[in-house]
Amino acid sequence: MPEDKKPGAANVPVPVTPAGASSTAPAEYPPASPAGRGMFGIQGTGDTSGFGGLVRPRSPIEESPRPYGGYFDEVRDALEEAYPGFNDAIEKVVVDRGELTLHVRAERIAEVCQVMRDDLALRFELCSSVSGVDYLGADARRLHVVYHLTSMTYRRMVRLEVAVSAEDPHVPSVTGVYPTADWQERETYDMFGVVFDGHPALTRILMPDDWEGHPQRKDYPLGGVPVEYKGAEIPPPDKRRSYQ
Amino acid sequence: MSYATERETTEGRVFTVTGGDWDELVSAVDPITEGRIVVNMGPQHPSTHGVLRIILELEGETVREARTVVGYLHTGIEKNLEYRNWVQGSTFVTRMDYLAPIFNETAYSLAVEKLLGIEEQITERATTIRVLMMELNRISSHLVWLATTGMELGALSMMLYGFREREYILDIFEMVTGLRMNHAYVRPGGVAQDVPDEAIVKIREFLAMMPKRLKEYEDLLSGQPIWLERTKNVAVLDVTACLAMGVTGPVLRSAGLAWDLRKTMPYCGYETYEFDVPTHSDGDVWGRYLVRLAEIRESMKLVEQALDRLRPGPVMVADRKIAWPAQLAIGVDGMGNSLEHVAKIMGQSMESLIHHFKLVTEGFRVPPGQVYVGIEAPRGELGVHAVSDGGTRPYRVHYREPSFVNLQALPAMAEGGLIADVIAGGASLDPVMGGCDR
Repeated sequence: MPEDKKPGAANVPVPVTPAGASSTAPAEYPPASPAGRGMFGIQGTGDTSGFGGLVRPRSPIEESPRPYGGYFDEVRDALEEAYPGFNDAIEKVVVDRGELTLHVRAERIAEVCQVMRDDLALRFELCSSVSGVDYLGADARRLHVVYHLTSMTYRRMVRLEVAVSAEDPHVPSVTGVYPTADWQERETYDMFGVVFDGHPALTRILMPDDWEGHPQRKDYPLGGVPVEYKGAEIPPPDKRRSYQ
Repeated sequence: MSYATERETTEGRVFTVTGGDWDELVSAVDPITEGRIVVNMGPQHPSTHGVLRIILELEGETVREARTVVGYLHTGIEKNLEYRNWVQGSTFVTRMDYLAPIFNETAYSLAVEKLLGIEEQITERATTIRVLMMELNRISSHLVWLATTGMELGALSMMLYGFREREYILDIFEMVTGLRMNHAYVRPGGVAQDVPDEAIVKIREFLAMMPKRLKEYEDLLSGQPIWLERTKNVAVLDVTACLAMGVTGPVLRSAGLAWDLRKTMPYCGYETYEFDVPTHSDGDVWGRYLVRLAEIRESMKLVEQALDRLRPGPVMVADRKIAWPAQLAIGVDGMGNSLEHVAKIMGQSMESLIHHFKLVTEGFRVPPGQVYVGIEAPRGELGVHAVSDGGTRPYRVHYREPSFVNLQALPAMAEGGLIADVIAGGASLDPVMGGCDR
C-alpha cells in the first residue's frame, strides 16, 4: 500500500464545490440587453399581426382617495393604530378593481407582516402567495415583490407590495412571520433575483442549482442557452441564422 | 484461546464460532446505535407522484430529517404566458396541474375577466357550466388520489377502480371539450363551446352509478385492517401547522378547520348552491381519506344542482371585442371550427374577417393593473396573480399552486415517523408535480 493511501478517513474523497455553484447571489446575469429582444431574431415587440405599433403610455400608480369603501378603510385604520411606523413604512394605498394594495417600504415588510398577522383587528393568518413582478422601464425600483395575505377570521384579502432596484435587490424575509413564504421566496429569488435577507436557506428551487441569471426578469434573453447533445453544441435560437 | 465454544443439545453438539476481534468490529458498525444513513428517495420513485425527490436522514427506520427537492418538472409556463395573447394563455395554464385542468383554466379566466372588469357580463349558463365542469374535475382528481394512494399503501385493486371511474369522467370531458385532458375549455369571457346534450345524459348516468361505486370503495378500504394501520395517526398535521405552512384544501379541513373558498369567499355563484364542507378532527391520513370521500359526494350534489340550473343561453360574453367564436364543432381531433362563423367571415363580411383576424392574431387589450383570484381547487387554494400593462399579452401571471405550497409541510409530517409513513404522508398531500413546478 502506498504511503499516502492509508485506510480510514484520510482516503475518503472530499466533495469539491461544483462548478458554477455559489452560496451567495450570482453576479448580475445577463448583462443588460434591450427589453423585448427575443427569440428567432425578433426585433421590437415581436408582434406578428402588424397592428402592434401603438405606443402605450404607462401611467404611474396613484394613491387612492379615501374613503376606499368596503373593509379597506377598517384595515387601513387598524394598521395605522397598531403599527406606530405606519406613515414611514406605507408609501401608498391603492384600491383598484375591488382589491386593496399597500405599497410598503422594502425594509419594513417583515414588521408590517408581523402586525398584520398578530393584531386582533387585522388577523391575516395566512400568507396566500408571494410573487415577483419586474417593471423594467416603468419603475426605477423595478423589482416588485407582491404578498397576498388572507384573514380567515374576517374573510378579507389584502395585497402588500414592495419595490427594490435590481442593483440593490434586498428585502427582509417574512419567513419568521409566515413560514409558508419559505419556498415562495426561494421561487421569487430564483426567478427575479430578489435577495430575501434572513431567509433560512435562500437557494434556487425551480431552476437547476448552477443556473445563471433570473429567467423571469424582463431583460433575460429568450432561448439563450446552448444545448449540448452527443458532443455537438447546438447554439441557442437567437444565435442561429436569422429568419428575416 | 478457543475459536468455537461448544454445548450439548438434544440435536447433538452445537459449536458457536467466535474469535478474533469480530465482536468489537460488529458492535462498532452497528447501524442502529451508530450514526445515520442518508437515503435518496426519488426523483424517479413510483410512490412520489411524479418527479419529487425527498432526501431522508434515517436512524434505523426512523426519519430524523427530511428535505424535499422540487423543480424537476419546471416548464416555464409562467414565462411562456408573457409571450402569448391572453386567450392563448388558457392552453398553457391547463397543462400545469394536469389532474385539475378545469380549475387552472377557470382561475385564469376569472383573473382576466376581473382585469377586464367584465365579471358581471359573464352569462349565467357559462358560469353554471364552469361549476359543473369544476365539480366533475374535483371528483376525477379525488378519484386519482384514492387510486394512487391505495396503490402506494398496498391496496392495489383500488387503483384499478379509481382510474376506471375517472376514465368515465374523462369521457364526459371529451364529449364536452373534445379532449380528455388539457382542454383549454374555460376561456376569458366564458367557455369555448356549449355542452352537448349527449354529455348531459352521460353525466346523469354517472351520477346514478357513482353512489354504489363509492360504497364499494368504502367496503374495500374503510374497514380493512392494513388500510387503518397505514393511515390512522400517520403524518398528523394540526391546524396550527397547516396555517404556518400555508396548507389549504382537504388537508386543512381534515385537521378541523372548515376553510373552503367556495363557502368563505364565494366565486362563480357558489353561495347559491347547497353543499356542505366536510371536516375531520384527527388531522391524519385517515381523516384526509374520509374528507376526500365526503367531498366527492358533495361535488355530486353540486353537479346535480348545476345540471338542474342549465338554461339555454349564450356561453360567451356578448362583447364582440372580447368574445371568441363559441359555437365550435367537435371533430375527431378535438375542438374544431365554427362552420357558420367561417362562412360569415370568408363569404359575407369583410369587416368581420378583419375583426376576427385582429382578435385572433393580436388579441384583445386588457387595461393595466393587477388582480388576485383564489379558487378552491382539489388540493387547496389555487391563486392567480395576473398583471397587465395594458397590452394584448399578460405582463406577468403567477400561480399560487397548492401542490407547491403544501409540499413544504412534508418534512413536518415525516420527521420522527417511520420511513414507510413518508409515503403515506406525501400521498395524503396529493401533490401534482406538473402544478408544483409549473
